[in-house]
Amino acid sequence: MTKKQKKMLARILVTAVMMILLMILPVSGIPQLILYLIAYIVIGYDILRKAFRGILNGRVFDENFLMAIATVGAFALAIYEQSGEYSEAIAVMLFYQIGELFQSYAVGKSRRSISDLMDIRPDYANIEIDGKLTQVSPDEVGIGSIIVVQPGEKIPIDGIIEEGTSTLNTSALTGESLPRDVHTGDEVISGCINMTGLLKIRTAKEFGESTVSKILDLVENASSRKSKSEDFISKFARIYTPAVCGSALALAIIPPIVRLVMGLPAEFDDWIYRALTFLVISCPCALVVSIPLSFFAGIGGASKEGILIKGSNYLETLSETKYVVFDKTGTLTEGSFEVNAIHHGTIDNSKLIELAALAESASSHPISKSLQHACGKELDRSRVSDISEISGEGVIAYVDGHSVAVGNKKLMQRVGSEYISCHSVGTIIHVAVDGSYCGHIVISDVIKPNSKEAIRSLEQSGIEKTIMLSGDSKAVAESVADELGIDEVHGELMPDDKVTKVEELLEAKQSGKLAFVGDGINDAPVLSRADIGIAMGAMGSDAAIEAADVVLMDDDPMKIAKAIRISKKCLRIVKENIVFAIGVKLVCLVLGALGMASMWLAIFADVGVMVLAVLNAIRALFVRKL
Amino acid sequence: MKKTYNIEVDCANCANLMEGAAKKTEGVINAVVNFMTQKMIVEFEEGVNEAKVMKSVLKACRKVEPDCEIEI
Repeated sequence: MTKKQKKMLARILVTAVMMILLMILPVSGIPQLILYLIAYIVIGYDILRKAFRGILNGRVFDENFLMAIATVGAFALAIYEQSGEYSEAIAVMLFYQIGELFQSYAVGKSRRSISDLMDIRPDYANIEIDGKLTQVSPDEVGIGSIIVVQPGEKIPIDGIIEEGTSTLNTSALTGESLPRDVHTGDEVISGCINMTGLLKIRTAKEFGESTVSKILDLVENASSRKSKSEDFISKFARIYTPAVCGSALALAIIPPIVRLVMGLPAEFDDWIYRALTFLVISCPCALVVSIPLSFFAGIGGASKEGILIKGSNYLETLSETKYVVFDKTGTLTEGSFEVNAIHHGTIDNSKLIELAALAESASSHPISKSLQHACGKELDRSRVSDISEISGEGVIAYVDGHSVAVGNKKLMQRVGSEYISCHSVGTIIHVAVDGSYCGHIVISDVIKPNSKEAIRSLEQSGIEKTIMLSGDSKAVAESVADELGIDEVHGELMPDDKVTKVEELLEAKQSGKLAFVGDGINDAPVLSRADIGIAMGAMGSDAAIEAADVVLMDDDPMKIAKAIRISKKCLRIVKENIVFAIGVKLVCLVLGALGMASMWLAIFADVGVMVLAVLNAIRALFVRKL
Repeated sequence: MKKTYNIEVDCANCANLMEGAAKKTEGVINAVVNFMTQKMIVEFEEGVNEAKVMKSVLKACRKVEPDCEIEI
């Protein structure tokens, strides 16, 4: 609790004790009034002061003013009726203050707990000065400095490992619990926790430009982009208070006058009491606080799962998503080409791969890399000689004195080798040694293990249609879409075509929002064109973080459905709170007007609604099991 | 030119009122108050003295919410 809150708590306690004593003690008349007035001043002096200041500043419809009028009015009525019922005014003030205190405490507390969730800010960096480790502020470390990260510490700044091996816990960034092994030469990003070994890291960025700073910045500013619901509530609040005041005034004047006209007793005091009850319910605070709190909690909970949502408005759009458009490579597939199969090999498979890898060893083509990767051992380049690359066909080279031809059909025809065509989807590499066919290797992009599950999960989350766009050949795109169960697929698209396609889809859809999911590397224009752009595997990629509205820190496609479910839960809570808070207030207003609700009930309802709305809002934080 | 200031405000409605007051201040193009993070993001007009503008922003905010605080 802050100092302010403690002071308020003390005032509440003092007033509560005074009230109980006054109810028990047999005082009456003027001394009773004076004692009650003291209790009233203790609990309400700041409200009265604010109300007075509000009037001076020309702000009449302000909840302080209304509370002041309501309670002073109740006091005046009690004096006028000589009922000695002063406790009501104090109780109203007391509960109002309890409500305000609870609100300030709960909001402060949840704000801190959400900030703690995102507690990835490193406090210091270790640098070596004269052989001794010194802790400095991460801000002071320049690019290219060597920092030392001990086991258990956070990596403060992005960089490259100069020395050491270790495992990193990236869960604070990605929500992924599997640790990652890193070695000398690997790039590491700030915010990860070093678990096992000592690492010396050469920094590649300044602290302010490092991943952790960017993420913190993003999350902290996220709730500044307001959603439609928030706008609605602030507009509603602006109208609500004056409207309630106006009705209160009408309630105090019109019915008694009508009664007078009809020849009945006016009962001014009864109607004024009803009007004062109105004023007690006039504060829109429950609504106004619970909506941003829900969004904040939703964004906080999502970021704990490695899903960064850049604003409440995006959370709202995400919840309305009905169409999800995927980029294929890097999103649903790994984006790295792998040897998938070897067919019709006349020699040992590993031997075949080795020969192919050796022949291709001089090439920097991704295919050469995947062959080397599949080979799995260091290649001895001295075994290769006379490499000749034939553009559009492949490579012919001498390996261990044998002529090895590695390439497509055309190359096989060129070397006069028989070959067997392949029906698999992907890049087919035929291999012939000394002119005789040795089989072919199928290299293709691999579908991510979770992709299929992710598509199904999206459908369960209420997505109407999934669409895949790809730059690959139609055959490849269709086979991937088929395997994953994607509804619609478009292949052979150039990057510009993807924008056009998304625009067509935006045009064609009837309702709901369209999300585009990409890896953020070369699809920035599409990400920004869609209703909502989701970038995957963005850990450490500035471009993706810039371009997208929603950033998935790791590249697990399951997170897309999760993000949508989080947004739905959050928006459901927002709607619940809006309906609940407005509903209860309306009921109270009606009961108050009919004379069926006392001020006690009104203030109870008002504070109660606020407490429940705030507690409900905090529920948005719990998203782990979604 | 956008700048972010730390603020202190207790109730969400007051935060909305502060936002409204800041928006109307001369020299301010737009202002957003983030109640949850207790921050005010102010976009200034070209070539204004930011410190001076912020003083009048604070003054305007104090009018709507006497208890509020802006770290200028």
